[in-house]
Amino acid sequence: MSNKRKFWTFHGGVHPEFQKEQSTTQPISPIKLPKRLIIPVQQHIGAPTEVLVSTGDTVYKGQLIAKMADGQLGAPIHAPSSGMIGKIEKQTVPSASALNALCIELELDGKDDWGESQLEPYPDFARIDNETLVKRIEEAGLVGLGGAAFPSHVKIGSSAKHGIETLVINAAECEPYISCDDLLMRERTDELITGIRILLQLLKPQQCLVGIEDNKPEAISTMQRATKSLDNVHICAIPTLYPSGGEKQLIKILTGKEVPTGGIPLDLNVLCHNVATSYALYKAVVKGEPLISRILTITGDGVKQPQNIEALIGTPISDLIAQVGGYTSQAQRLIMGGPMMGIPLKNDNSPMVKASNCFLVASITSLQQAHSIHASQPQMPCIRCGQCMQVCPAKLLPQQLYWHTQAKDFERVTEHNLNSCIECGCCDFVCPSHIPLVSYFRFAKSEIRAQDVAVKKSDLSRERHDFLEFRKEREKQERDEKRQKHKEALQKKKAAMAAKKKATGEKEADDPKAAAIKAALARAKAKKTERARKKD
Amino acid sequence: MEFKTDNSPFTGSTSNIGSVMRQVLYALIPGVLVMFYFYGWGVLINIVLAIIIAVSFEVLSLWLRKRPIKPFLADYSAIVTACLFALSIPPLAPWWILMVGLFFAIVIAKHLYGGLGYNPFNPAMVGFAVLIVSFPLEMTQWIRPEFSNGLMPSLTDSLRIVFNGFESLYSLNQWDAVTMATPLDDMKTELKSGHYFSEVIRTNGYGFVSGKAWELVSLAYLGGGLWLLYKGIINWRIPVSLLLTLAIVAIIVGWLEPDTKQSSLFHLFSGATMLGAFFIATDPVSASTTPRGQLFYGASIGFFIYVIRTWGNYPDAVAFSVLIMNMSVPMIDYFTQPRVFGAKSGGK
Repeated sequence: MSNKRKFWTFHGGVHPEFQKEQSTTQPISPIKLPKRLIIPVQQHIGAPTEVLVSTGDTVYKGQLIAKMADGQLGAPIHAPSSGMIGKIEKQTVPSASALNALCIELELDGKDDWGESQLEPYPDFARIDNETLVKRIEEAGLVGLGGAAFPSHVKIGSSAKHGIETLVINAAECEPYISCDDLLMRERTDELITGIRILLQLLKPQQCLVGIEDNKPEAISTMQRATKSLDNVHICAIPTLYPSGGEKQLIKILTGKEVPTGGIPLDLNVLCHNVATSYALYKAVVKGEPLISRILTITGDGVKQPQNIEALIGTPISDLIAQVGGYTSQAQRLIMGGPMMGIPLKNDNSPMVKASNCFLVASITSLQQAHSIHASQPQMPCIRCGQCMQVCPAKLLPQQLYWHTQAKDFERVTEHNLNSCIECGCCDFVCPSHIPLVSYFRFAKSEIRAQDVAVKKSDLSRERHDFLEFRKEREKQERDEKRQKHKEALQKKKAAMAAKKKATGEKEADDPKAAAIKAALARAKAKKTERARKKD
Repeated sequence: MEFKTDNSPFTGSTSNIGSVMRQVLYALIPGVLVMFYFYGWGVLINIVLAIIIAVSFEVLSLWLRKRPIKPFLADYSAIVTACLFALSIPPLAPWWILMVGLFFAIVIAKHLYGGLGYNPFNPAMVGFAVLIVSFPLEMTQWIRPEFSNGLMPSLTDSLRIVFNGFESLYSLNQWDAVTMATPLDDMKTELKSGHYFSEVIRTNGYGFVSGKAWELVSLAYLGGGLWLLYKGIINWRIPVSLLLTLAIVAIIVGWLEPDTKQSSLFHLFSGATMLGAFFIATDPVSASTTPRGQLFYGASIGFFIYVIRTWGNYPDAVAFSVLIMNMSVPMIDYFTQPRVFGAKSGGK
């Protein structure tokens, strides 16, 4: 309720030009049905879904079209509108890797017909038990809408079991240009607070802290008014500083606690949820609508009317751009996300996905604050000035990481805790030598991963080889042993026989049979010699 | 429609190495003016000559190394090296002193190690160290600051001394009268011959806490250094730890052997202490970069300055102390990594 709370600070951070006002002058523009949707079968962290439809099928709005295999991490996918399934093939999706991924095309019939597909609404959610609510979150395909797209039911389910102290609602929105959470808080206040109340019911935290950067005064006052009746929900106006919206940074600001390296917020009995996710949660529970649309920002000097719009998941970016009046002559760059951590896109053929919070279309000069840094100023050597270290929110030494990455000394890079790097881009932002540090660190991370995989592989094959050798050796040994045994047995037998012979030899004379043979042999010999004499 | 696809972040600040280095040059101005007042044209001749020579060596080295020349000249690093070097050698020193020193600074210490950003040693200090070892006579002949009383050689006379040697104007005896040992040097000799510090400091040529000219020159460098701190160009850790350590060690030794050693204020305001603390030890390329490392680095330099000044053979010690600690930087940096976000602190 009160905003006179104590806040903590995280190390470093930067103040880029936030440029939020570009897209906040107009209200959220409602959904405009495109002709065709392109729906990637994987829009979350985890495994891809299994497609349940085939080309030519008609589907209703909200119909399940792809589901997770049992036991796999992920979230199901629903048809955002009614229509006919088109091609199911690999297409470009907006991702950092720029690789193609399996997508379901959906030709819309324009009726936007739910049919029987809507889930049962729970307007009186207070009567619904936790298990049913978590199941609803799962079947509605909810993922974190802040960007990482982690399946929500897993996060909420495990926290509900574990029990938490503090629920943090991330509404900091620290990335420049993006304003969808700001507008959401201003316009859909009651709905998203209902979402928060559902979370409170599920998780029973002692307190709920909503972190909003203080450059959004309207959203802050709206939220404060709307949460007056909720005793344990506090709207926290935190100082504007990039990257205060990073999960670990926000938790530090609001609670003073640091999520341990390699750990998760739950280790501190904290759960952090994006504000847009709680709005989606409201829709899933109270309205029975799966996650088929979201609010996102289309902005930058590259589009004619920068604004926030609500759009169906799978809408091609070109349609979104058309909805805000099309491109201007300044459209040089297309970015999904913001200018600090966004993903560059080559063209607008790919669709928006659950994690798309912003498409930024801008000229290079407008992004780079008058001077066109990376474009016109050459990269210079690192002079170890340490400005990167001073702004690093993870308290790393980017200058040392860069040095060792250049030398490809990945062991040293790991020793300097590269895995704690959140790729926020602060180091790049301040570097007077204009070194693309984050790109170096991404490279180092992928190299280390590849090395780890290679090491594991070689370990495995060495193990296999060693086992093969061992087996060969063992077989040989067994064979030898067998042979040895056989030999011994034979020898024993021989010895036994010899002993027997010896024993019997003494009695030879008495043996009539042996005497007869001896006599016969003697006769034959005599005969032979006689025959030889005759020949002579 | 095709868009550019290089990696995030797509925005950056406008600072660059050149602007950082330029601010360092601005911060030197007060010191240069005070030195000019006391030591005359020789100071400016040193600076101008040093810049010309350093830039020539820089261009030559870049050309030999097949590196782009324009961006590396625009970084001003060669000019900063030239100025720091020029300010640490005696005014009216012969021109070839500058040539030799800057050759070692720019060509050997900087470019042979890989150029800007790759030199483990402070280039200006390498140049200075080579000279003080090889040409101690030329490197310790500072002209008397009393020359400011109207007796200062004119610009043309100064140029003749620099290029033709003092013989073109003075006889050896006269030249000896024109030059003198620096207060650091003089005080050391006096103390060794059994005089007391409080006695010597009252003699001619000394001011309130150290040499008459030097205390003001040091004050001017201190001012420039504080401005750099204010602008965020340098960080407080190295200068503060350096000056504090030097002062504390001087106080302790002075307490153990009263009046037979230079006072801590004398140390702080003599020779290259202030120039070293704010402009030389803070050279980011060759200094430690971790917060704790910088404290250790600065403190060690302060300690070595005292040790070498007091018990060593050389009157001043900034160059050697800085070079010694430059060597230790990789190890210091490795062992003083800060605790990363979320890592448990030592005790826990």
